[in-house]
Formats: sequence, structure tokens, C-alpha cells
Amino acid sequence: MNRRDFLKNSITVIAGLAVPLSALELISPRTLLARKEDGSAVRWAFLVDTQACVGCGFCVKACKTENEIPYEAGITRTWVERYVVTGKGKSCVDSPQGGREGFTSDRIDQGEEGHRELARDDVEKAFFVPKLCNHCESPACVQVCPVGATYQTPDGVVLVDRKHCIGCAYCIMACPYGVRSFHPVHKTAEKCTFCYHRITKGMKTACVDACPFGTRKIGNLRNPDDPVTKTIMSGRVGVLKEEYGTKPQVYYLALSREVK
Amino acid sequence: MVHGEAWTIKELFVYPNEYIYWTIQIVMYPFMTGLVAGAFVLSSLYHVFGIRQMKDIARFSLVFSFALLPVAMVPLQLHLQHPERGIEVMLTPHFTSAIAAFGIAFSTYGMIVASELWFVYRRHFVETALSLKVKRNKNLPERGRYLLFSALTLGAWDVSEHALAKDEKAVKVMAATGIPVACLLHGYAGFIFGSVKANALWTTPLMPFIFICSAVVSGIALCVLCYIVTMEIRKLIVGWKRKNDPSLPTPEQIKTVEMYEVTMTAKYLVMALLAALGLELLDLLFRDYAKFRSWEIVRSLIYGKDFVNVFVIQYGLGNLVPLILFLLPRLTVRRAIVATLLVLMGVFMMRWNLVIGGQGFSASFAGFMHYDLPIIPRDIETFKEGLPGAILVGILPFVIFWGLNKIFPVFKGEDSH
Repeated sequence: MNRRDFLKNSITVIAGLAVPLSALELISPRTLLARKEDGSAVRWAFLVDTQACVGCGFCVKACKTENEIPYEAGITRTWVERYVVTGKGKSCVDSPQGGREGFTSDRIDQGEEGHRELARDDVEKAFFVPKLCNHCESPACVQVCPVGATYQTPDGVVLVDRKHCIGCAYCIMACPYGVRSFHPVHKTAEKCTFCYHRITKGMKTACVDACPFGTRKIGNLRNPDDPVTKTIMSGRVGVLKEEYGTKPQVYYLALSREVK
Repeated sequence: MVHGEAWTIKELFVYPNEYIYWTIQIVMYPFMTGLVAGAFVLSSLYHVFGIRQMKDIARFSLVFSFALLPVAMVPLQLHLQHPERGIEVMLTPHFTSAIAAFGIAFSTYGMIVASELWFVYRRHFVETALSLKVKRNKNLPERGRYLLFSALTLGAWDVSEHALAKDEKAVKVMAATGIPVACLLHGYAGFIFGSVKANALWTTPLMPFIFICSAVVSGIALCVLCYIVTMEIRKLIVGWKRKNDPSLPTPEQIKTVEMYEVTMTAKYLVMALLAALGLELLDLLFRDYAKFRSWEIVRSLIYGKDFVNVFVIQYGLGNLVPLILFLLPRLTVRRAIVATLLVLMGVFMMRWNLVIGGQGFSASFAGFMHYDLPIIPRDIETFKEGLPGAILVGILPFVIFWGLNKIFPVFKGEDSH
């Protein structure tokens, strides 16, 4: 066999091998579904009723346990913020340890500044706001991941592949909501998954199940009969930091303007 | 302990997951790439535009740029939580990310610098290899050198006038293509920051241009400084050696700092410095005038907490003072050393104020974070992301340069270009 024939035959063999391989990929229903726009029958969304939250911190605890985030670690997938607005219009915010122990003290945690005492008479209004990943429609974190370790599932949930994440923190920098962190054990980007392992099996998220007051709800936006969808469509809901254009999918009922 | 907890101090309301995630290594990264790009642009001034007065400094900066190149990657590698997966950026790039282009930009640039160096030094390789070839009874290091230099010729042994003219042309082409690629490499580092919409201090389309200008400033400053220092050290060494062997040339006879080269180079430095300063002030003015929602916290940071860092050290000592030192007539070696040192500090502080300052306030706009630079490491993390790690990155290019100088002699009296 001369060189010319060898090259010709090699090309034929490679082409012949490539055809069945590409065919295999083409018929993968998962890929087809993902490629098809709006092909998914499910789009997960979250609803938070800020008026129902009492700041007990059960959701934070449940999340930590369910998702194996070390309890004492200074990160959390979900947290509760306390807002206290004084008569002069000044608002104080805190979330000590993500609010996991509940807000049992009147003193406002100010980090290095210590604690701030507010006279009860000065308080005009006070409320709690639970926070979690917004599973944005156009997530900045997914866009910036240099290796594609963080991705969006066809049903809208943003996940991290712990086996592929290089730990550059670009996604943490890109998230306007500060929901991302590093897992203290795995050393990879860490975030709320809407308890993907649960919701895909017909269960609720750990935080939804743990909330005694019905503050947190998860639903499918593609299902018009879902009570969460009904509230989002017909109720007066707000989202956080709309100006970043990320199209967040965590909706808040009675969202106050002080919320950061 | 969570990553970042060891060196982050929080004040007022900061989201629970927020820490200073990008530390001194990410300050070093744009600083080092800036030096790479700047040094290359400086060397191109001679090769492309034929500014003959800068011949010595040009060759020096080309080799130095090559020495800096691998070091530009080290801080990135050091800050990764999974450094063993760092190569994935090149193997499985996710092209919607600004960082994904790193492999392409970096390797293209590396290849250009390497090939330019090869053309500049080909004659030297051939001559060294030939002189070793004729030598009989070579000892082991000589045999090694012979093999190395023969390999470096890549089989191109022709050093006729015609061939050398072709080399010179190739150098010119490489240097000319290298300028936009160097700007791209560094402008792209600026884009990595400028495109983060979540960070109020970083997000501006001016960022790539600010980065390029400050890169040129720092690159030139480092090259001028190293050029002066190495020349002076050589003079000292010769003077010291001459005590034992009077047949050696006197310090006056050997090549010394060519002041016109320094003055000429300083002119380009001043131009780049003015451009960088202009862009930065424009950015500041725009923010102050437009008063976006984030301005309140950004203002309280740069005019309050970071005032000394930004206005005294960066703009004052790092930009204004060296500008005056360079612009005053009759530039001396000593004044040039002081001015270049200040410029380098100014550019470093610009990176610091950007990277650390950008994380100095919470995304909630209601609190601040302070980076408590680890000086004495307690573990590997505080070593990597503290002062020792940064010093390591700072020293590395000089070590590499020392090694490279054995192959690409920078201070050799004559060569083809």
C-alpha cells in the first residue's frame, strides 16, 4: 500500500466510524429535548410570601442538613434576612449565620461594628425576607463559567458539576445576589439546587417542607393549574434586582423597597 | 473554614456567602500580564518602528517579556480551588465565558514571542553551535550546550547575509503582529473584570483600554528599571573582578546605561501614563456625574475607606509624582529609578484597588468587606492567597530571566538585530 492509498483508506475508515457515532448522539432524546426551545414541560419557579415569614430559621437548618453543608460552615444555600426600618426611614439589615438559629434577639448584627440596639418605639416596620438562588432565566453565573461546569437544566434549574468545577470563583463574582460560595469540603462552587434530587422525584424542596408557615412554595410555571403559577400570574409579585437582566425565577409576594 | 473566611472582615450588612474570594493572586494576574504586554510593546517600538535609540532596551524587554509569560499563568493556577483541573479551561472551554478565551489568547501570544525571539537569536544559536562543533574533546556541559544550541537552530544553519535579512524581516512581521495580540491579551484581562455586571466598580466598557494603557506603563517602567539595575550591577561586578585581574576592561570601558535610551523610553512611558490616567479619571467622572444606584457605596469606598490607597498612593505617589519626575528636564539615572519604582507601585495599586476594592463592598450595597492580607501563612491557603504567594510570583520572572539569559544573551555586545 502506498502513502496515497493509506491516507485515502484512513479517511474512509474515520468517516465510516464517525457516522454511527454521530447518529447515536442525534437520537438521544435528552439532547433533542434540551435543544428544542421551550421543549420542557416543566419550568421550576419559587414563590416567597414575605408577610408569612417569622424568621424561625427552620428552612436554613433543613437545607444545611439535606444538602450536607457543614452546620458550622460560614456559608449557606439559603438564608433569612431581617429588616428593621426606623421612624426616620433608616433601615437596618442583618442575617447572623444566615438566620439559622432564628432571630431571638432585638440587637442587630453589624459585623465588625458589633451590635446595634434599637429602641422598640423607634421601629416603624420590621419583616423577614428569605433568600435563595433565583435560578435565573439568563443566569450570569452559567455564562461566565470558563469550563461549563455550571449549567442550566431544561427545566430551568442552575446546577454545578462538582467533578468539573475548577474553583475559579468567576461565577461567585458574576452573581448579583451573592448566593454562590465555595463548599468547604468539595472546594467547588456551591449553590441552591432547588433540591433537584427531590423535586424531580415529585417531592418538595427541604426548605419548603421545613417551613411551618407556608412562606416558601415551589411550582411548575408550565402548569397553569399549579397554585404557585396562578399566584405568580395573577398576584402582585416582585423579583430581586431586575435591573441586572438575569430574569430571576424566585418571586416575592409583598416585596418591600428596602430589600437589598 | 470556608474559603475566604480567614482574611475577610465584614462590616454592616453583607450577604452570608460573600467573602473576598479574589485575593492578592488576582491582583498579581493582571499586574503580571500587564508587564508581559507592556514589555513586548516596548520591544516592538524598536523592531517595528525602527527607533534605533532603543536597541539595547528592546532586546532586553523581548527576553523579559518571554520570562514573564509563564508567570502570568501562575497566579491564576495558585488561586484555583482545584488547580489540577486548571487545564480544563483549555481542554473544555465554555466560550460564553470571558476566561475561556484565555488559552487561545495566551498561546497565540506565546507562540508569537517565541518565534520572534527565535528569529532575533537564530544567528547566535548557529554561531554558538558551530563554535562548539569544531571544538575537540568537549566536556559534558559543552556537549550539552552543543546539543541544545543545535536543536535550537531547528536545522536552519544558513547565516548568509541574505538569510539574516530574511530573519530581520520576519522579526518585523512578528513584532507587528505581536502588538495587537499583546493588547488583546491584556485588554481581554480587562474585559474579564469590565464585563462583570454584578460588580459596580468593575463594570465599564473602558476597562480593557484602561488595562492596556496601564499595562504599557508598567511594562516600560519595569524594563527601564531592570535595564538600569542590571547595567549598574554589571559595572559593579566588573569593577570588583578587576581588582584581581587588572587586564579586564575598566567599568568605564564596558557598556553602561545609555541615558538617551532611558530618556527616549521615558517619553513613551509618560504618553501611556497620561492615556491611562485620562481614561481612569474619565471613568471616575462619569460615575460621579451619572450617579447610578451603586454610586453611593462606591463613593463611600473610594472617597472614604480606600481614600489613601486610591488618591494618595495610586494617583498621587504612583502617577502624579513620577509624571513630574519624568517631565522635569535633565533626567538622571537615580531619578529614573525612583520614578519607575513609583510607577510600578502605582500600577500595582491600581490593580489592587480594582480587584480588592471591587470586593470591598457587598452586593447588597449595605455593607463592606475588608481584605486582611495574610502575611504569615497558617496553612497552604493563607500561603497561596497571602503575601508569601505574591512574593513567589513576583520573584519567579527574575529567576526565569536569569535562566533564559543563558540561552538568549541580552547583554551580548553584538548580534544580528
